[in-house]
Amino acid sequence: MQNPMDGVAGFKTFQYLEENSMTQSKFRNLAIAASLALMGSAAYAQVKIAYIDPLSGPFANVGEAGLKGFKEAAEILVNQKGGIMGQKLEFVGFDNKGSPQETQIQLKAAIDQGFRYVTQGNGSGAAHSLIDAVNKWNERNPDKTVLFFNYAAVDPTLTGEKCSFWHFRFDANTEMKMEAITNFMENDKKIKKVFIIGQDYAHGHQVAKAAKEMLAKKRKDVQIVGEDLHPIGRVKDFAPYIAKIKASGADTVITGNWGNDLSLLVKAAKDAGLTARFFTYYAGGLGTPQAMGASGENKVLQLTEWHMNVPTKSTEKFALDFNKKYPGVWFYYLRVNTMVEMVAKAMNTAKSTDPKAVALALEDMRFPAENGEVWMRKSDHQLMQPLYISVFAKADGKTVKHDSEGTGFGWKTVASVSQRDSQLPTACIMSRP
Amino acid sequence: MNPALLSRGRLAVWGGCLALAFALPLVLKSGFVISLLCQIGIMVVFSLSYNMLLGQTGLLSFGHAVYYGLGAFATMHLLNAIGKGGGPLTTALLPFAGGLAGLAAGVLLGYVTTRKAGTTFAMITLGIGEMVAACSLMFPAVFGGEGGVSGNRVVGKETVLGFSWGPQVEMYGLIVLWAFACTVAMFALTQTPLGRIANAVRDNPERAEFVGYDTERVRFLMVILSGFFAGIAGGLSALNYEIVTAETLNAHTSGVVLLIAFVGGIGFFYGPIIGAILVTVMQIVIGGMTHAWLLYFGLFFLFMVLVAPGGIASLIAVQRALWQAGLFRRMLPHYLAVALPVLVLLAGLVGLIELGYALLSGDAGVGAGDTATKVLGMQLHLNAPGPWLTALAVTGIGLMLTRWIGGRLGVAWNATLATLHGDKQ
Amino acid sequence: MEFVAISLLNGITYGLLLFMLSSGLTLIFSMMGILNFAHASFYMLGAYFAYQISTWVGFWPGLLVAPLLVGAVGALIERYGLRRAHRFGHVAELLFTFGLAFVVEELVHLIWGKSSVDYKIPVELDGALFTLFGTDFPIYKGFMMLVSVGMLVALYALLTRTRIGLIIQAALTKPDMVEALGHNVPRIFMLVFGGGTALAGLAGVIGGNAFITEPGMAAAVGSIVFVIVVVGGLGSLGGAFIASLLIGCIQTFSVALSISITDVFALVGITLPDGSQVARLTITQLAPVLPYLLMVAILIFRPRGLMGSRES
Repeated sequence: MQNPMDGVAGFKTFQYLEENSMTQSKFRNLAIAASLALMGSAAYAQVKIAYIDPLSGPFANVGEAGLKGFKEAAEILVNQKGGIMGQKLEFVGFDNKGSPQETQIQLKAAIDQGFRYVTQGNGSGAAHSLIDAVNKWNERNPDKTVLFFNYAAVDPTLTGEKCSFWHFRFDANTEMKMEAITNFMENDKKIKKVFIIGQDYAHGHQVAKAAKEMLAKKRKDVQIVGEDLHPIGRVKDFAPYIAKIKASGADTVITGNWGNDLSLLVKAAKDAGLTARFFTYYAGGLGTPQAMGASGENKVLQLTEWHMNVPTKSTEKFALDFNKKYPGVWFYYLRVNTMVEMVAKAMNTAKSTDPKAVALALEDMRFPAENGEVWMRKSDHQLMQPLYISVFAKADGKTVKHDSEGTGFGWKTVASVSQRDSQLPTACIMSRP
Repeated sequence: MNPALLSRGRLAVWGGCLALAFALPLVLKSGFVISLLCQIGIMVVFSLSYNMLLGQTGLLSFGHAVYYGLGAFATMHLLNAIGKGGGPLTTALLPFAGGLAGLAAGVLLGYVTTRKAGTTFAMITLGIGEMVAACSLMFPAVFGGEGGVSGNRVVGKETVLGFSWGPQVEMYGLIVLWAFACTVAMFALTQTPLGRIANAVRDNPERAEFVGYDTERVRFLMVILSGFFAGIAGGLSALNYEIVTAETLNAHTSGVVLLIAFVGGIGFFYGPIIGAILVTVMQIVIGGMTHAWLLYFGLFFLFMVLVAPGGIASLIAVQRALWQAGLFRRMLPHYLAVALPVLVLLAGLVGLIELGYALLSGDAGVGAGDTATKVLGMQLHLNAPGPWLTALAVTGIGLMLTRWIGGRLGVAWNATLATLHGDKQ
Repeated sequence: MEFVAISLLNGITYGLLLFMLSSGLTLIFSMMGILNFAHASFYMLGAYFAYQISTWVGFWPGLLVAPLLVGAVGALIERYGLRRAHRFGHVAELLFTFGLAFVVEELVHLIWGKSSVDYKIPVELDGALFTLFGTDFPIYKGFMMLVSVGMLVALYALLTRTRIGLIIQAALTKPDMVEALGHNVPRIFMLVFGGGTALAGLAGVIGGNAFITEPGMAAAVGSIVFVIVVVGGLGSLGGAFIASLLIGCIQTFSVALSISITDVFALVGITLPDGSQVARLTITQLAPVLPYLLMVAILIFRPRGLMGSRES
């Protein structure tokens, strides 16, 4: 329930007026907010975003970490800096239980409660379901449109063949990530033999396909010595896969695996004394560093938009505060912060919280994010941002200042890709309202 | 056909249910509630089809979602294949195609699974269910991979009787029609000779065999028919959600339908209907209120298994029998007396569980171990003993009172039942 | 050759772990006729208990205490839950264990959180035992083999050399007769259930740190254990042993075979039309599905399993 004193936004914002040096437009927004606050309850209205992700069941830990990230980002990066035209930005969790169908039910529940913005990230299945449902809803209810911010579902088709005006993606997609990885491999002549292993579903297939196509173009001399797909979440003992990788003589493994499928793979590799390096997408967070521990040292590389040891202006403090506030949950998603700031900026620029106006303001936006300048490409609504390749190394207080999830090992940048270099052409033909 | 099927009382009940189903969206206008009602309608068909196996033929299946899922995929592919060539009328009839797909799957898989009943059947269905679920992710061309297969139930601009099926409420109407037709058909089936023989095969297969029925064939037929109705349910879900993913045919879906049928009561035709309503509402409504819903759900299920293995329907049936015998009045004070301590006990338990979730898993939005946390709408200090002791005390008192008053209820219950059955001691 | 040797070792290690899990389930099933759906949940409890104990006093005490605790929990559940459900027949019992699996998983969430916990292999057992053709064989795998073989021997001795073992064996085949002879069959049931779950707990203690201790670990092994029990023959310990090793090896070796179904047919001289997805599937991709295929095949052609003596 809303605390009545909380709602008197005017008091709080005036305090900030004294503390911060304000730009002209911010000052005006605050003034509007303050006057509205004095006028009555209308000003207490919040900008609410429905967070539709698993909050119970097997993927609940990932979903909860994301929700905490959003709430923290909204509070610190937006609300404490004056909010959105004086209104507070709030994230409310809706439990889709990881299921694409439940996602639609939760979307309806959110729309019923007056939400005009949704965000989701766990699982491209749920993302496809959501993008479809949002498109249909907007078509059938043009006066109550809904906008979808995707912070982690990486299926390229979401900004490709199935792209939508009502969808914005703040994470690099599978192909962009593979482009960055293979660019790195292009220059690393130590790599001679590559093995591709992945989970046998859309994401694993896309990673394998992208890796093969891009390597064939960039490094004709590299030999792909093997390619295996295993059912997702069903393999307990990866030793036989490792034996096969070992027998193939591979010096490099590319995998799109996540969660236990990744941790178990790395553990089994260490057990068998496999020395090949692993290029991964998802080794950096949400329990994987903890599960893999020492077995990943100097062997596991990841591609992310950021990690704790990339220097930033203020995210280091933000992350440390976050880790302290939520013991057991580790700050992972920088893109959540980027998304929250960009959305707030778009609303403030558009001077509106109408989804269509906000979408138009987001398009083509350039924003100085903590990992460098980012750009929301208008043609497919895919965010272009710098990417980092890093290796799991012992924390030394210097280049590896922070360890990951209390393991004593952290990420050391070995290469970075500029926002411009991560761009790939898109197949998107967007129908615009 | 059995004349009782068309008795005046029955017609009134059927008609009443149909009228109620159609009247609901007039009262409950919220889009969320209508979505909920749609899901209930689909689950009613699915769980009734499941009970054709478990309740009527005594076949415990762990792979029923296979028929449901295949029906859904068939419907979706057909919807997309027809595309612009179809119209609202074709769309409305598509679940029948889903049913045919379920039927075909039933012929194929039933041939393998129904050779044996009992544990063997249960295990084979488990194995086949796992196999189909695992394979579904391997063939993205058919099952759409992780993203599933999606479609649009609105074809073109034309309408049939003013319906395009676009708005959820129109879809609800379609689901009600299908669900009603399927329910009537499945009920009629229980009255046919096949339905009766299925009961015999369930109760005493040796004797049924001896009398001259081929039990294997009866099981086979029931699996096929049940696959047909499960396929229709799947087809409805495809139209309703406009997306079908591999999870519709995995073990989780099979487990849910088993729970629904059991909680509702497998011994009664209408049991699964009650179960579908109850479980769907619990899943979505309680799931929306607390992240501990799976725990509540599991505990509720254990409670049902231990206390009312006949399901809700059996509880209702007993009360009805008491009512008819004029004994209900004798039990009513006991029910009322036990309600209070049970409520106290529940309140205590819910308090403990919610406190635990808030403290240990750091319920969404609040840090684990935060000094003041919102639990059940109250601002509480989780690290202080106060809330815990209160919840513990309430649970303890509730438990004691429930045992004490519950004991008296038990005595009265046994006495009343004895009277009901006529052996006055 | 190298590959065969390494795969064989891997297969046997994994098979032995599976046997630890399935032996308890077999015992319970053969005695009580209950297919314990929550069996893997006890495996998970074993891992979590051992993790908790290892954070207090180290790994070794946990190796002994955790299985005993799990056994005690199992016995209590039998006494106050299952025995009650038993009155309503086998379906109710089965559903009870089905619901129990849900509840255990949620309680684990509640107590230990939703992510994995850091349950480590003890330092003494970390490292390579020997190196075979350039591939390390970890000490811990050797330890796992040792524990499971030790358990197999102990179980065998218990069943054939002790009085209680003889009674249990008798009750496997003729429960009515055993009861008629004046033995307290319900108490034997409780013991067997407790013992069976303790075996699962032991598997959890040594499997939890070899793999990952997390709330989904029960669901991950749950169905494979059933496959073993069915393939081996319901109620046959020897069958469970053979089936465990068989499935361990099948999974290991099938990963090695990168040939597709088209190739398999080509071997016998049939050319499949190219391009269909089925034809391009490789045996490796199918590896984790093979146990289920095997189970369905066994149930169709030999419903009593490899070594079983009864059909249901």
